[in-house]
Amino acid sequence: MSQATTGMPALKANSGVKGIIRSTEIDTRMLGMIGALVVIWVLFHFLSGGIFLSPRNLWNLTVQTSSIAVMATGMVLVIVTRNIDLSVGSLLGFTGMAMAALQTDVLPQYLGLDNPFTWVVALILGIALGVVIGGLQGYVIAFLGVPSFIVTLGGLLVWRGGAWWLTSGRTVAPLDDTFRLMGGGAEGSLGTTWTWIIALVACVLVAASMVMARKRRTKFGFPLRPVWAELAIAVFAFVVLAGAAAVFNAYEWPSMIAARYAKAHGMTVPEGGLHIGYGVAIPVLMAIVTGIVMTFVSRRTRFGRYVFAIGGNPEAAELAGINTRWVLMKVFMLMGGLAAIAGAIATARLNAATNALGTLDELYTIAAAVIGGTSLAGGAGTIAGALIGALVMQSLQSGMVLLGVDSPLQSIVVGIVLVIAVWIDSVYRRRAA
Amino acid sequence: MSTTMADIADHGRGHHHAGVDRSGPPLVEMQDISIAFGGIHAVDRASLDLYPGEVVALLGHNGAGKSTLIKILSGAYKRDAGEIRVRGEAATIANPRDAKTYGIETIYQTLALADNVDAASNLFLGREILTAWGTLDDAAMEAEARKVMGRLNPNFRRFKEPVKALSGGQRQSVAIARAILFNAKILIMDEPTAALGPQETAQVGELIKELKKEQIGIFLISHDIHDVFDLADRVVVMKNGQVVGSALTEDVTKDEVLGMIILGKCPPGATPGPGAMRE
Repeated sequence: MSQATTGMPALKANSGVKGIIRSTEIDTRMLGMIGALVVIWVLFHFLSGGIFLSPRNLWNLTVQTSSIAVMATGMVLVIVTRNIDLSVGSLLGFTGMAMAALQTDVLPQYLGLDNPFTWVVALILGIALGVVIGGLQGYVIAFLGVPSFIVTLGGLLVWRGGAWWLTSGRTVAPLDDTFRLMGGGAEGSLGTTWTWIIALVACVLVAASMVMARKRRTKFGFPLRPVWAELAIAVFAFVVLAGAAAVFNAYEWPSMIAARYAKAHGMTVPEGGLHIGYGVAIPVLMAIVTGIVMTFVSRRTRFGRYVFAIGGNPEAAELAGINTRWVLMKVFMLMGGLAAIAGAIATARLNAATNALGTLDELYTIAAAVIGGTSLAGGAGTIAGALIGALVMQSLQSGMVLLGVDSPLQSIVVGIVLVIAVWIDSVYRRRAA
Repeated sequence: MSTTMADIADHGRGHHHAGVDRSGPPLVEMQDISIAFGGIHAVDRASLDLYPGEVVALLGHNGAGKSTLIKILSGAYKRDAGEIRVRGEAATIANPRDAKTYGIETIYQTLALADNVDAASNLFLGREILTAWGTLDDAAMEAEARKVMGRLNPNFRRFKEPVKALSGGQRQSVAIARAILFNAKILIMDEPTAALGPQETAQVGELIKELKKEQIGIFLISHDIHDVFDLADRVVVMKNGQVVGSALTEDVTKDEVLGMIILGKCPPGATPGPGAMRE
């Protein structure tokens, strides 16, 4: 960027494609990531003979992404503070096992079998357990000064062993019926009507927040985005939301399941079969809501601001009067809680808690955050980027499964893509600086 | 650097002294402060005071203990012994937050900016303006930032960029703006012009005079006497962790102060401290 133009932000905006992008104030790096995702999708679509971009595959793709996506949002904050959490995969396994054991072995003794609150009690206790474990690790990292790499490497071993020890290696299954809804599937989806309603509400919220932000900026007399840019962003958001809803709804229940459902609810199957759309899956909704909440936390709260300030310059944050240790401990508590939510999704999807659940997930989570633009040097990263990163990783894997690529080759490709993605990102950063 | 603050402050002897208010208790008194790191006495029984509207230059070689002494005042280090009084009353300063509540603001030599966030976020770091909902009020913070930066650096426009994208002078103005934004009573400037060009140095000189008029007390820390001599009402010289002596700038010459810095030798116009060379 040349010195001559930087002084006049209002004037520099209007020429060429770059000017258009700048007017919308969209992160070009984010655009690049979305572009890469689109390229991957289109490529797999053609290679798979038109299967990849089918509603069914996209629906499955989002469900498979959700547990890593939930953890990746927390991993962004961990990495932003110049730390790492290698324990999240084991933590997912441990909290998942704990929640499974609670709802099958422990809670029925107090609540009775099939109590409608079993799932929520198990979930809350599981999240609390995750927060406590994360807090314990965070305490050792922040207050005792042991490097996070070591503490969470220890955690990786401890909680994996702990998951075994909880039930002496026994696989816990089946799970509470309501709890299982968090894993998706036909019952664990919201159906077409609710999906449209949610998409509509989301559109209204997007529009309202854009109007509010513009009003605030007008009130203080700040430079505004051009109106056409605002409208373009709004229209783009609406199209994406409506498109996603349409895709989720276009995936219909298999006729067998639909027929069974009709029988159970005393419905007559009309001619040509019963068409029931899946709609958005509950785990996907959980991941999206987590993403929104975490974006809010990282950008609109003091805590989030401190996390980034600590990542940018820990000494400066300390001198500014921020209690950096406590902030750091809270980051790990948050990460622990998110690992537990991911644990709920993963166990519910499997309808079982096994010892191996979440193995290697820490690496996929870190990879998702890093592919999504989180800098390992600290101080930079976005939640939305991490979600896209998680989707990129899962797209690669699902795509290769569709193409019948052998599993060892899948690992090789994913590993290479990770390295290339980070390399491209570092080139971009050097140019931008 | 061809221009120093000395060239700008050309109003002659005695001028600065006019604004100093010695009628009440000092703004700050540091008494017999000591701190040791691993057996080395970085600061040894040092005493220092500052009155409203006064500029005190704290001089000494690198490693003389001046930055350490001042970091005790700003809450970055905890003293081993000694007492700090603010406006005559004993003050407990255990961390940077405590210091700020006493109106003590510091501009560090390193500037202590979080490079990855924008100017407004840096100005309000640790003291954010919140909305009624308890969320960050970025618009209000940006408005305040525009106000204070407009006063310090009217050409500054880059409010949306992370401060690492700014020039040295712009970064310095962000650090200064942060210190004066919250009604500082006592301002500590650690090598304030080390990274600046002539024009920016001149701006800092003007700013110091303006703040003096507002009865703010200022510590200027420097290893270079020429940078600060003509802005200061008083000089305090440190050597090997001890105070060599202090003197009103009108009672001593630059050469005499240099003698204090290099040899620890107190001239007749100065009040000797514990670190003064014995005759």
